[in-house]
Amino acid sequence: MDFAPSDLAESLREEVRALCRGFPPEYWREHDHAGGYPWEFLKAFAERGWLGLVIPERYGGSGLGVTEAGVMLEAICESGAGLSGASPIHFYLFPLTPVIHHGSEEMKAAWLPALARGELMSAFGITEPDAGSDTSRISTRAKRREGGWTISGQKVWTTNAENAQKILLLARDQPRDDAQPYAGLTLFFTDLDRSRVTVRRIEKLGREAVDSNEVFINGLEAADADVVGEVGKGFAYLLDGLNPERIVIAFEAVGIGRAALRIAAAYARERVVFDRPIGRNQAIAHPLAAAWAKLEAAELLAFKAAWLFDHGRPCGREANAAKLLAADAGFEAADAALQTLGGFGYAKEYHLERLWREVRLYKIAPVSQQMVLNYLAQHVLELPKSY
Amino acid sequence: MTPSAIIKLRFIAFTEKARLKIVVTVKQIPDPNATLKLTSDNRLARDGEVVLDPGDEYGVEAALRIKEAADEAEVVLVSMGPAKAADAIRKGLSMGADRAIHISDDGLAGADALTTAQVLTAAIKGESPDLVVCGCESTDGSTGMVPPMIAELLGFPQLTFAKQVEVSGSKVTIQRQTDVGYDVVEADTPALITVTAGVGEPRYASLKGIMAARSKEVKKVGLGDLGVTRGKPAEEVLEVVEAEKRQAGEVIEDDGNAVEKIVALLAKVKAV
Ligand SMILES: Cc1cc2nc3c(=O)[nH]c(=O)nc-3n(C[C@H](O)[C@H](O)[C@H](O)COP(=O)(O)OP(=O)(O)OC[C@H]3O[C@@H](n4cnc5c(N)ncnc54)[C@H](O)[C@@H]3O)c2cc1C
Repeated sequence: MDFAPSDLAESLREEVRALCRGFPPEYWREHDHAGGYPWEFLKAFAERGWLGLVIPERYGGSGLGVTEAGVMLEAICESGAGLSGASPIHFYLFPLTPVIHHGSEEMKAAWLPALARGELMSAFGITEPDAGSDTSRISTRAKRREGGWTISGQKVWTTNAENAQKILLLARDQPRDDAQPYAGLTLFFTDLDRSRVTVRRIEKLGREAVDSNEVFINGLEAADADVVGEVGKGFAYLLDGLNPERIVIAFEAVGIGRAALRIAAAYARERVVFDRPIGRNQAIAHPLAAAWAKLEAAELLAFKAAWLFDHGRPCGREANAAKLLAADAGFEAADAALQTLGGFGYAKEYHLERLWREVRLYKIAPVSQQMVLNYLAQHVLELPKSY
Repeated sequence: MTPSAIIKLRFIAFTEKARLKIVVTVKQIPDPNATLKLTSDNRLARDGEVVLDPGDEYGVEAALRIKEAADEAEVVLVSMGPAKAADAIRKGLSMGADRAIHISDDGLAGADALTTAQVLTAAIKGESPDLVVCGCESTDGSTGMVPPMIAELLGFPQLTFAKQVEVSGSKVTIQRQTDVGYDVVEADTPALITVTAGVGEPRYASLKGIMAARSKEVKKVGLGDLGVTRGKPAEEVLEVVEAEKRQAGEVIEDDGNAVEKIVALLAKVKAV
């Protein structure tokens, strides 16, 4: 076993850190407050080729793996940018996996280079008001017409829909069949044509800089060439992207946890109450120390899952478990940090409350902790399916 | 003579004429943002976070800008340091330098300025550069002695504190930063220059730059390869003392005769 980080990982981490130094916590606080998309940040990463990290080299990317993607996203989060910074970059990586793995040559040649350069933005439309954890329940319909498809229905939580030109959209081409609930789902990578789509922003707990929306789709036209892979197999393609996404989410949660601990430890060393730095009180020190240990453990599992994925090995259990541990550890670290700062933890000026709100997301989305446990119970422990 | 042979000859003539070779000296130092620690023999502990000296980032940036303005140029990094210094070298290569020479030898631990300059000079000589670019001083040692020593050992003119550099034909012209503005200084190449932050913000490496750096040549050499034997050190660190803490100032409130009080105070510290 070799735990030494690769030279490449070290270089990536160092450069991402350097780039993030140009975007101090105040930048993120402002964007969180006013809700403006962090365009300058995205541009800084686009110009230096980071958005094409997982896109194959022949389409203008760098063709790197989940390990490198994880290192990049953790460093972004750790810089204090949190999800406000990680999400815009994240959306150039894993929602695109089905396109990279199953898209036609024409589809890839047409869109991936522009995505790698950051000239295009895409959204990911899976979740619906009546279908979250149970994707088989989606009701957005794709109907055949001459030379293509007409799509109607409603999506919810669609991140990036305010600005995206493209959407990866899951729709039913066949009504749901109880015997095969995941059949009859087709994945489209198509234009987000605003004459047929209405987007309404959802006000949410955190990450106000990056929009998540209700999307009303009324007669959106898609060409046959916009179908990813084969008609009716959309769900299988989607699964391909789930493990890598869970893995990078684990890295992101760890990064936020580390950012929170850094702020809290600095504060606990300096803040004097009852004539002593509060960090000398073990009731302050121990939760921070325990949080650090849990972050380390979660990160280690995330690295293992990433290694398995990058070596083409099954990684479902590790990817899910890493996401579970990291989402808990990240939130626990942020919460212990918030407590450390007392009243100032509650103040925007110290940036912890933003990290705390942001990392809370990963216990819910893109897959909830409960659904991860369901997966592990069923697929690792071979317990009967509970739902 | 066949037409293709003519083309080939022209190409060679062109490259020989226009190729500019720039050597940049780079050093890895303990992260200046971290708390610096000393070892028992008064040397800087280098086991914590280490980075490419920010001053040298300006050197690399200056060299890359000269390269971009030239018809054809090559930027070669030369670094003396332990194995770990490879990280700093890779950083410079990621920014866009073409290749590097890494001088690493157990016999060089704790080298003083003169030894460092002698060793770097030996490596630089092997490259016969048109221009040597250095930071004004390292951020950790801050002696500022190495670049002038190298210039002397190479027999190159040195142009220091450049905030702007231009190479035209066999002339290098710099704007030398001064307290009141700048001087324009010129020399024939080969020459050595030291650069300030005025040359422009060092670029961030691109992802492709980082990837490309992995296959760039880093030649590892030791003292034997350079034909250098370490002589007696010219200097020795006797003691390291902490800088005196600044005394708290004295606040004089204006109760009507503040002017007299201030004058008296100035007289006391012999300022007037
Ligand atoms: C900020 C944000 C951004 C998002 N971005 C996107 C996006 O870009 N694209 C997209 O498609 N989606 C997006 N989502 C949606 C996200 O993927 C869903 O919220 C998530 O899948 C959960 O679905 P749900 O909200 O419908 O919860 P539900 O499925 O309704 O579940 C509600 C609760 O019940 C629990 N539960 C349900 N069934 C079981 C069971 N059998 N056992 C135990 N517990 C159970 C769940 O774990 C959960 O806690 C986003 C969500 C948020 C909050």
